[in-house]
Amino acid sequence: MSMRIFVPCDAAALSMGAEAVANAVEGEIATRKLDAVLVRNGSRGLLWLEPLLEIETGHGRIGYGPVRPADVKAIFDDGLAGRKHPLNLGPVDEIPYLKNQQRLTFARCGITDPLSLEDYEAHGGLKGLRRALQMAPADIVKEVTDSGLRGRGGAGFPTGIKWKTVLGCEADQKYIVCNADEGDSGTYSDRMIMEGDPFALIEGMAIAGLAVGATKGYVYIRSEYPHAFAQMNRAIDAARAKGLLGTNVLGSNRIFDMETRLGAGAYICGEETSLLESLEGKRGQIRFKPPLPAIKGLFGKPTVVNNLISLATVPYILGEGAAAYKDFGMGRSRGTMPIQLAGNIKHGGLIERAFGLTLRELIYDYGGGTYTGRPVRAVQVGGPLGAYWPESLFDVPLDYEAFAAKGGMVGHGGIVVFDDTVDLAKQARFAFHFCAIESCGKCTPCRIGSTRGAETIDKIMRGERVVENIDLVKDLCETLRDGSLCALGGLTPMPVMSAMEHFPEDFDRLPERKAAE
Amino acid sequence: MLGRDRAGFANGWDAQAARGIAEGMRDLEGPLLPILHAFMERFGHVNDEAIVLVADVLNLTRAEVQGVVGFYHDFRREPAGRHVIKVCRAEACQSMGSEDLAARLERALGIEFGGTTSDRRVTLEEVYCLGNCALSPSVLIDGELHGRADEAKILAAVGER
Repeated sequence: MSMRIFVPCDAAALSMGAEAVANAVEGEIATRKLDAVLVRNGSRGLLWLEPLLEIETGHGRIGYGPVRPADVKAIFDDGLAGRKHPLNLGPVDEIPYLKNQQRLTFARCGITDPLSLEDYEAHGGLKGLRRALQMAPADIVKEVTDSGLRGRGGAGFPTGIKWKTVLGCEADQKYIVCNADEGDSGTYSDRMIMEGDPFALIEGMAIAGLAVGATKGYVYIRSEYPHAFAQMNRAIDAARAKGLLGTNVLGSNRIFDMETRLGAGAYICGEETSLLESLEGKRGQIRFKPPLPAIKGLFGKPTVVNNLISLATVPYILGEGAAAYKDFGMGRSRGTMPIQLAGNIKHGGLIERAFGLTLRELIYDYGGGTYTGRPVRAVQVGGPLGAYWPESLFDVPLDYEAFAAKGGMVGHGGIVVFDDTVDLAKQARFAFHFCAIESCGKCTPCRIGSTRGAETIDKIMRGERVVENIDLVKDLCETLRDGSLCALGGLTPMPVMSAMEHFPEDFDRLPERKAAE
Repeated sequence: MLGRDRAGFANGWDAQAARGIAEGMRDLEGPLLPILHAFMERFGHVNDEAIVLVADVLNLTRAEVQGVVGFYHDFRREPAGRHVIKVCRAEACQSMGSEDLAARLERALGIEFGGTTSDRRVTLEEVYCLGNCALSPSVLIDGELHGRADEAKILAAVGER
């Protein structure tokens, strides 16, 4: 068998020059007439090492990274001569960052050829779907409910309960909608699955279809992810060609098919009802609930709307059983969470671990502190609507309830690290500004209040009536929280209030003090 | 790669081609966004004529189509410059100095965000998250993602230096 060499096609790897590295590898294979093939895998998630080149050997896959095109020739020279190139990282599976993970949802990402269904199946793929095809719909739903899986998009609603509602609805057509509008800064796990293991999502959606009686699925992908969109389309075509999708799913005579839809640059479309409006071809304005999308969703039909990670985790749950998944985690947060280390971090990347890990372990043990080498001052967990936390909260375990108890949220699992140059007043202002840009306009507090909030923080930053204006911002935040229909207006207060609570010194901008500086 | 950001592609409007695109996609479920994306891909923008045409094909009012076009950041009403630089200005990139980078680019190009240089060489736009948050700051230049971006690399990519 030919030797396999891997260079990722993941967007993060491409952003660091993976395409040129892949071309250099092809060149070396050709000039040396090697019996080798280049595989464009997904990313392993060790993003500071991208582009990560891997060469399959008798001692596992040996990694080299970060590789520049000019390094490739020497890597081949040394490899063939039995010398150790300076970029040689040893077997990738033994790198502690990766070894100390519990990869269930990301079990195959970066390992397999993302577009080879054979490779997918050889690494445990389709086991869940094959089992689901032998089960009654209610039993599939029960399996997901028993696993304790909660929506990984941020809200943490039990996935099985949603499915049960849709299963219980009578309708001529039901839909499975995957929310791949991953707009939170600091998150990229959905993108990595679409680029690195797209069949996991396809299998998960097919299982969801069997469970609730839906025959059609849509993946709503944000337009900022052109690589993921293209890869997902290729994977769906391949799945259809191999009989995984269509009118006879894996020879079962059951129907499930799916297609992608491209978003158009609106953050609000990550909110499920807004997403449905957008899929229907309308402005992405949110809908009143009730009716729930599970009862009256896409085109008024019962619809499962799930986050991509939730759906991509379903094949594991069906394949290995609810108990196997539920064994991981703590409290009411069961299973694993793909955590994304981002921002000013030395070793940024994807860490899938059972719930219960602390921020301190993530930022220092995995992340190695800041990229700039300066002290960590703040982290924002859970995207632009998540709280800013100081180091004194770094020992809170990653768990939906534990985070909520401290006024924060796990969200989609993104952790953005800031060093000591951060100005939390600026960050609070940005939270309002972002809300103003992305508001759908339906609720007045969000549409107008966001702009007034940014203006008021401007006044605070100029040192104008600081105490009164801080009270005004707090009051405004209450109005936003209580008077908005969805999480954009409702949670914009979280970054603002947490910044003021934990970093009051950044808002203390009295003119006399500024003058004295 | 989404064609709208490809360097040097034609922005010419062609009513006949547009009608063909719209009629070919009208039977999709929820056809409006896919049609508008196809126009962006082909023509680089969605002009008034396109709005009237789509409204006609889909049996919608002109106001409904205009409302959708105006809601989404992606749909340009006029063609962009030959190169499009999209700078991520979300939190992860902010933590790595993207605001400083944004200001430098505005100065170097002599335009503000949303603007196009007078020689129509470069359009500068902001974007909120490109999903490359461990390798910030990130920019998308003509549809190509760049991590650990800096002013010199970006300007070199669009031939400004």
